[in-house]
Amino acid sequence: MDKTVEERIRRDITENDVVLYMKGTPVFPQCGFSAAVVQVLSHLGVKFKGIDILVDPALRQGIKEFTNWPTIPQLYVKGEFLGGCDIVRDMYESGELVQLLAEKGIAAQAAA
Amino acid sequence: MNLPPRAPSMRYADRIHTKLTQALAPVTLIVDDQSAAHAGHGGAAPGGETHFEVTVVSTAFAGKSRVARQRLVYDILKDELAERVHALSLKTLTPEEVAQG
Repeated sequence: MDKTVEERIRRDITENDVVLYMKGTPVFPQCGFSAAVVQVLSHLGVKFKGIDILVDPALRQGIKEFTNWPTIPQLYVKGEFLGGCDIVRDMYESGELVQLLAEKGIAAQAAA
Repeated sequence: MNLPPRAPSMRYADRIHTKLTQALAPVTLIVDDQSAAHAGHGGAAPGGETHFEVTVVSTAFAGKSRVARQRLVYDILKDELAERVHALSLKTLTPEEVAQG
């Protein structure tokens, strides 16, 4: 993998508590799976950095290699890979996501 | 002389089914092709077989994190993902988890 891409990923997931690698932007997601994760995070009022991999082919390939995960979206919390859409959705529904965010000291409101 | 077209290679749904059965000996395996629902947008292709939802119940997942379980499945299906399958939605459970509801 391109060294600059790897460094950029490391920097992004270190400098931001919650990072979502996605297709499109949080305001205009370009894929239903990315949109679903945005919806969960927004619903919980979690501040996150959305990174659109569609505008950067090197990053699009690079993030898959970096995480060893073949699909987008990918959610990182405090520098750790949490999962893709299925995992985020499962953890949200079971309440584990709110719990994990609380443990990591990230502001979120429990789903109403 | 025109030869008749070759039989189509095994469909992706069947390939997914076969590979997961061989690798994970699942108790339950559901391979649902949802490509029709995604026709016309990102990653869809003529002929479908691009979007699948797969439910696997297997003892192979015991003691593994969610991420590790999905990585295991992705690894088994890496050829299919590289060739054609654009989206693979996964439910990975152990028989005990299913029993607990």
